Parts: sequence; C-alpha cells; structure tokens
Amino acid sequence: MTEPDSPDPPDRNRQLVASLLDGEHRALARVISRIEDRAPGHRDLVSRLHPHTGDAAVIGVTGSPGAGKSTLVDKLAAAYRDRGDTVGVVAVDPASPYSGGSVLGDRIRMAATVGDMDVFVRSMSARGRLGGLSTATTDAVHALDAFGKDVVLVETVGAGQNEVDIVRTADTVAVVVQPGSGDDVQMLKAGILEIGDVFVVNKADMDGVDRLLAELEEMLHRSGSGGAPVDAGGHHGPAVGAGGHHGPTAGASAPETGPDDGDADGRESGSDPETGADVPSWDPRVVTTVATEGDGIDDLVDAFDAHASYLRASGAGRERARSRHAAEIRRLVREDANVLLDAEIRRQGGLDALAERVLAGDTDPYTVASGIVEPIADCVDDGRPPREAADDPDTTAERGPDGDA
Amino acid sequence: MSADAGRERTRPVRCLIAKVGLDGHDRGAHVIARAFRDAGFEVVYSGLHRAPEEIVQAAVQEDVDVLGISILSGAHDTLVPKVVEGLEEYGAFSETLLIVGGIIPEEDRDDLREMGVAAIFGPGTPMQETIDFVRENAPVRPDDPA
Repeated sequence: MTEPDSPDPPDRNRQLVASLLDGEHRALARVISRIEDRAPGHRDLVSRLHPHTGDAAVIGVTGSPGAGKSTLVDKLAAAYRDRGDTVGVVAVDPASPYSGGSVLGDRIRMAATVGDMDVFVRSMSARGRLGGLSTATTDAVHALDAFGKDVVLVETVGAGQNEVDIVRTADTVAVVVQPGSGDDVQMLKAGILEIGDVFVVNKADMDGVDRLLAELEEMLHRSGSGGAPVDAGGHHGPAVGAGGHHGPTAGASAPETGPDDGDADGRESGSDPETGADVPSWDPRVVTTVATEGDGIDDLVDAFDAHASYLRASGAGRERARSRHAAEIRRLVREDANVLLDAEIRRQGGLDALAERVLAGDTDPYTVASGIVEPIADCVDDGRPPREAADDPDTTAERGPDGDA
Repeated sequence: MSADAGRERTRPVRCLIAKVGLDGHDRGAHVIARAFRDAGFEVVYSGLHRAPEEIVQAAVQEDVDVLGISILSGAHDTLVPKVVEGLEEYGAFSETLLIVGGIIPEEDRDDLREMGVAAIFGPGTPMQETIDFVRENAPVRPDDPA
C-alpha cells in the first residue's frame, strides 16, 4: 500500500505503546484519542497494540434508549471489580447531525465505580463518520485489551446498522429490553434478536414483565435456536440456562422444555469438549434485572461467564474471532481502496466536474465510474493472472456474498 | 496505509463539563454543555455532586482538551486546587485548558488564575464569548497535525 506522506514519527507511537503497556492511564487515554480521531499514524499504533490483545472478555451491551444500559454497565463494572477483574468501558453516544457536536452523558450513570481508576470509562461520539465508528470502537477495545483490562464492556444504542456492527464485534452480546415498551419488541423483530447471546429484561419491577418474557420466549423459539430457557425468577443459577439443550438442528421442532432428555443430551456432549465431541449450540439466556437496585446483576455475570465457557469449549469463540478479523481486514481494505478511488477521482477533475459532464449529456455515470476504476482494475489484473484466480475456488467463493460490510 | 494520512478533518474540541462539590445547581452546566455541543464540541457531562478525584479521573480517561468546572457553592478555593493537583499527578495539567464558571467573588479570582485557571466566566457572560475563548485557547497537542 502506498504511503503518500509518511506522517508520524514512529518513535512517538513506540513511546505511547510502551507507556500504555506500562499501565499509564494517560497513555491509554491518548492512544484511544488518536484512534478515535483517525490521527496520522493511528494504524501503526493499533498494529503495535495487536500482539498484546486477545485476553479481554469483550461484552457488547445494546438496547433501545432508556432501557437502562448505562446503569446496567455501571453495576456490571462494579460486580466485576468486586471479584477482582479490571474493567474497561466504551460508551457510544449519538452526535448531533447538525453541529457534529455531542453531549456524552453515559458518565452520569457511572456512580458505583467512580474514583476507581481500574475502571476505565471512555465516552465516544458517533461523529457521523460513515462506517468509521465501528472501526474506531473496535480499535479502542483493542487498546483497553492491550492495557490489560480483564473485561471490556461496549455500550451502544441498538438502533441503526452502525450500532449493530459495533456490538457484533463483541465476544458476547447482551440485548437489554424493558417491559411496557412495545418499541423493544419491534426492535427485536427488526433484526437484533439474532445477535443476542443474552437477553436482559431490565426494570423487572415494572408491570408487564411476564408479558415481555412470554414474547421474548416465543420469539427466541421461533427463530429456531432451540428452546431458550426463560429464567423468569431472575434468581436461578446458571443451571436453568444450561438445561433444555437440543441438538443444533432439532431446536425448531422440539417442544420447549424436555429438561430430562434434553438435559442429558446437552450435558453428555458438552462435558467432553477437549475430545472434540459435539458441543451443543448456545441457547440465548434470558435474565431479569433491576439495574438500579443491583438485582439480577450476579445472574447476568453468570450468564456472561457461561457464554464465555461455551465459546471456549465449543470452538465458537475461535470462529467468532476469525470472522471478526475477516471483517476487520475487509473494512480496512475498503478504507484504503476508497482513498485510492478518491485520489483517482481527484486526478480526473473531481466529482463535481464529472457530475457536470453527466449533466451536460456528454457521458453517463456508468461510463465515468468504469473510467475511474479501470486503472486500478488493470493493476490488479497485471499483478495476478486472471486464470489463476479463476482456478482457485476459495478466491472466487469469497468474492460472492461479501456485498455488505 | 494510505487511510492513515491526513484525509481526516481536524479533531473536534473535547470538553468535560463538571459539577464539583455539593451544590446542586446544574442549570448553567446544562446550558453550557448544550451550547458547546451546538458549537461542534464533544462534551462529556459529569453529572452532579462529583468529588475532585472523580473529575480528575474523568478528565484523564476522556482525554479532554478543556475542563470546565461549574461551582456555585463558594467552595472553589478548596475544590479547584484539588483538581489541579490531581491533573498534575497524571501529567495532564499542562495539556488541559481549565476554565471555571459560576459565582466566584472578584477577590478570589487572582488566586484561581495563579493556580492555573485560564478563565473565569461569571453570570451574564455571553455564550459566544466562552465559546470563542475555548476555540482560541484549546491546547494544541504535539501530535496534532499542523
């Protein structure tokens, strides 16, 4: 890849990373700023961090506005601190589309852990960069991971593709819903159901909890992921969640609970992961909480732990990590390709001038677009004979379904 | 690494608006937070009743350019020094523009300025004046692109 003007003294990055690994909070804060600003040299920075990442449990928390995400994250952070884990929090808030400015208020809810520097909270604005937000968030998580945080919580409003992309980068995704809000059910229908590993019914002291639990249960069953055990009491241990496993394919047809035989099945195959035997697929857990009171937080931590062990035992964690890296590579390559394309557009007189020619009837958008991409396509074809690419089934297969970022 | 180089626009000004101590009057802080947002700044709001250590923690973690402390309790001469000390402890003081808003008697202002407070904005200060001051004085970082 070309490097137009080698921008940053790598020395500066080396120092920053050394200080970060040394445990300096200010270095961590500055690294995240540079990542967030996409400052010159930030990629070098992330590359340097990379060897030190991979140890943190990354938990994404999403849900509609007002569902109690920030309060929940605050209480979760406190719970993890109680057992000795260090915690990082990345809280994403929307930015004003008008001024680009933002008021980041998630810190207001961070009350249980204030003054504890081992909880590192960073607010991020969704500055309206297209697609860039998930890159910045992922990289910020890397920084917290490299710093040595045991748990990293990523909090974001569950509306919009960007936000969904962000939480998807987590190891475990928690979707927070509250009773009495039809919006939540709508949100679940709109595609967030599939990404949840754990569903949190917060504000469980309010009316309508039973109905919401019933709706959730129904939706989870319908989605074919097997009988999701609904932990309506909110105070049962993880055993409830672990029960009711069916084979990955049998889920849709099997009736809700067959604790006896389902349990036996699940346990048997789940108990010897080392030998490579089948580990049952994960049934999304449902946990009820009252975040303001701290009720159900321990259950939630248990559920996250259970999911983490599932990821380890089943190999799904590796699978997730791989697809995460794949998405990251794809995103970065696209960023770079866009820069190249922008340069080519500028070289050909700029977008406005090209559009003007279309307007004047001299040409059409397709011809213009081909003219811009052609030089790049030529280079690619020169570098790699087309025959070779066509012979390789992997290469061709990978080209197909990758249309979405 | 071409996406690495300079296509980005300039960094927005990042501020922490903090209510420190026991006074519960946060209208001014809210108004400032909103005006700053409308000016295109990124504003982290602390919420009420923060201890100086909490303010320092937030300022360091959020890596803000500007720390605006709102005090209407009269306790500025004990609270502000603690914040300054805390920032110095983390090596963040020199790169943070510290401003104070609220009720600060004239005779206390010089002391605060000596401590390192860049400006004090009392009641009735035109919003634009505060915004302009922040724009002009927000610290430039060594690693900012020129």
